[in-house]
Amino acid sequence: MMKRKALDVWVGTFVAIGLGALLFLALKVGNLASFSAAETYLVRADFDNIGGLKKRAPVKSAGVVVGRVEAIDFDAHTYEATVALSIDKRYEFPKDTSAKILTAGLLGEQYVGLAAGGDAVKLKNGDKLKITQSAIVLENLISQFLFNRAADGNKDNK
Amino acid sequence: MPTNPATDNVVEVDKVSFGYDSRQVLRGVSLAIRRGQVVAIMGLSGCGKTTLLRLIGGALRPSQGEVRVEGRAVAGLTHEERVALRRKMGMLFQFGALFTDMSCYDNVAFQMREHTDMSEELIDDLVLMKLQAVGLRGAHRLMPSELSGGMARRVALARTIALDPMLIMYDEPFTGLDPVSMGVIGQLIRRLNDALGATSIIVTHDVAEALKLVDYVHFMSDGVIIAQGTPEELRTSDKPYVHQFVHGQMDGPIPFHYPATDYARDLYATDA
Amino acid sequence: MKTAVIDFLENLGGRATSSIHRLGFASRFLLLTLQNSGMCFRRFSLIAREIYFAGVLSLIIILVSGLFVGMVLGLQGYDTLVRYGSSSALGVLVALSLVRELGPVVAGLLFASRAGSAITAEIGLMKATEQLAAMEMMAVDPVARVIAPRFWAGVISMPLLAAMFSAMGVFGGYLVGVRLIGVDEGSFWSQMQDAVDFKEDILNGVIKSVVFGIAVTWIAVFEGYDAAPTAEGVSGATTRTVVTSSLAILALDFMLTAFMFRGA
Repeated sequence: MMKRKALDVWVGTFVAIGLGALLFLALKVGNLASFSAAETYLVRADFDNIGGLKKRAPVKSAGVVVGRVEAIDFDAHTYEATVALSIDKRYEFPKDTSAKILTAGLLGEQYVGLAAGGDAVKLKNGDKLKITQSAIVLENLISQFLFNRAADGNKDNK
Repeated sequence: MPTNPATDNVVEVDKVSFGYDSRQVLRGVSLAIRRGQVVAIMGLSGCGKTTLLRLIGGALRPSQGEVRVEGRAVAGLTHEERVALRRKMGMLFQFGALFTDMSCYDNVAFQMREHTDMSEELIDDLVLMKLQAVGLRGAHRLMPSELSGGMARRVALARTIALDPMLIMYDEPFTGLDPVSMGVIGQLIRRLNDALGATSIIVTHDVAEALKLVDYVHFMSDGVIIAQGTPEELRTSDKPYVHQFVHGQMDGPIPFHYPATDYARDLYATDA
Repeated sequence: MKTAVIDFLENLGGRATSSIHRLGFASRFLLLTLQNSGMCFRRFSLIAREIYFAGVLSLIIILVSGLFVGMVLGLQGYDTLVRYGSSSALGVLVALSLVRELGPVVAGLLFASRAGSAITAEIGLMKATEQLAAMEMMAVDPVARVIAPRFWAGVISMPLLAAMFSAMGVFGGYLVGVRLIGVDEGSFWSQMQDAVDFKEDILNGVIKSVVFGIAVTWIAVFEGYDAAPTAEGVSGATTRTVVTSSLAILALDFMLTAFMFRGA
């Protein structure tokens, strides 16, 4: 039977490598280091159309990730989408900040972009963003384009 | 249970029956084994000898009747009582059944480490003593795979007596051994039994060795005891089955031919 | 003709009932193993020894396979992504495939065939050579001393092996993608970190590997314990362990994936 000491060393090494691999995955491969540990505050925003926005999509300002989409709900009274955003406590935004749903790249994932306003009062936990812009839906864009073309056509014909 | 020297039975088997769904192995077997004796249970393969050992050890439960060890019914014991009983019993399995993943030393030390609080120094002395008794102290570092059949069985014997049991059971201890090893095992069985003041039950079909060695013999056939007595009584018995068994005769109550159809018909039948 | 059909149906029915019967017995056996696990946790050296035989000895095959799988993912992934101009997403492809699926599943299959079969063979042989019966006669419960340590060693080793597989795979993908082919190193890692979520992806992968570990080791110890005490019995049990474990891993993987990643 294998000497106890040697066996223990091997088993200990094995477990250490295993935990090391898990740590590597969590930190280098995943996003554990960057965000989930931070403290956040919740802010709401209503949109007519959220497009393809998903939970845990990034919330960016000036292109930097400042938070995550926490929850997406449907308001049965106003028929709008209510999105809860959790923003890193380190970053404060003015009360008149606007939220837009943008697309990363041409066909990429959708995220929420925050453009800071100028108000001296800052957003607190539970506040609602007043100014929002919905996602661009491709079909609407096309029909708008066709409508414009048709309108131009009519104008030319007059 | 009060001990009356005249009837001090370590083991009492009382009209025990046992069977599996497919067949009935024991049909109403009764026997008693006195303290201090070396007893043989003999018979053909499949007559129920090993099953009887398992019933005495509590590994099986009789469907009818009772098995008593030191006056207490084995089947009715609680888990703790059964554990306590097993610590006083030792069983040597056919071919030894040594734990292959540990050395001979660790095999013998196994029960001491599991069941007692003895220090390693004390265990060391005891293990070497037990191995010395079977003549294999020098082999204590070897692994079971490095031992010959006879040596493995002797180490297993040392393991069986590790905690000085009062009842030692042997399942076919002579099978597959050379004459020297057979003689060694036989003498060890007798010597250890007397030295420990224990009782030994040997299940075997090796007539020569057994009759040389034991005080009493129980003869089984087809799930019942058909004869019992001292070795001398059995040697001179005129019961046909016993006579055939003891003298190793080819044909008798135990038929030579497997049941078959008529020979002439079989030979002259045309192939279909 | 009619009797042949009836015989066939009888056979099928018999096999189905005996399978159910066996499943019931296996479940009771699992319960027995769990109930008797106290001893091996108090004497952790018993489990440690089994972790050596199940885990450490599987290290080489896991690490090498992980590396190769990662490298292939890098190659094939690049080939497809480059057609859509998204080759910088190679890191995402490699990491998500490994962490979510390939890590737990392939590591599980390899574990089943290497460690699972070894456990079954060992227990089966111990049964065939009456070692388990001898232990019982010495008033030591074989389930507590032989079976439980092996079970827990498997459950502990599996997630560690799966993590190692995934980590090696990511490294393999990096080697091929960045070093060999020339994908941008920065975007390889940064896009990966953006896309791989700790809770959704990595944790779910770990949960999967724990589930697989339980399934594989349960099957391995049960088949060994239930094997017929002959050479054919043990070899049949070993084969059954590998086949049943592999099917179980794939089936459980589907169920877990459907549950964990729906609507993601």
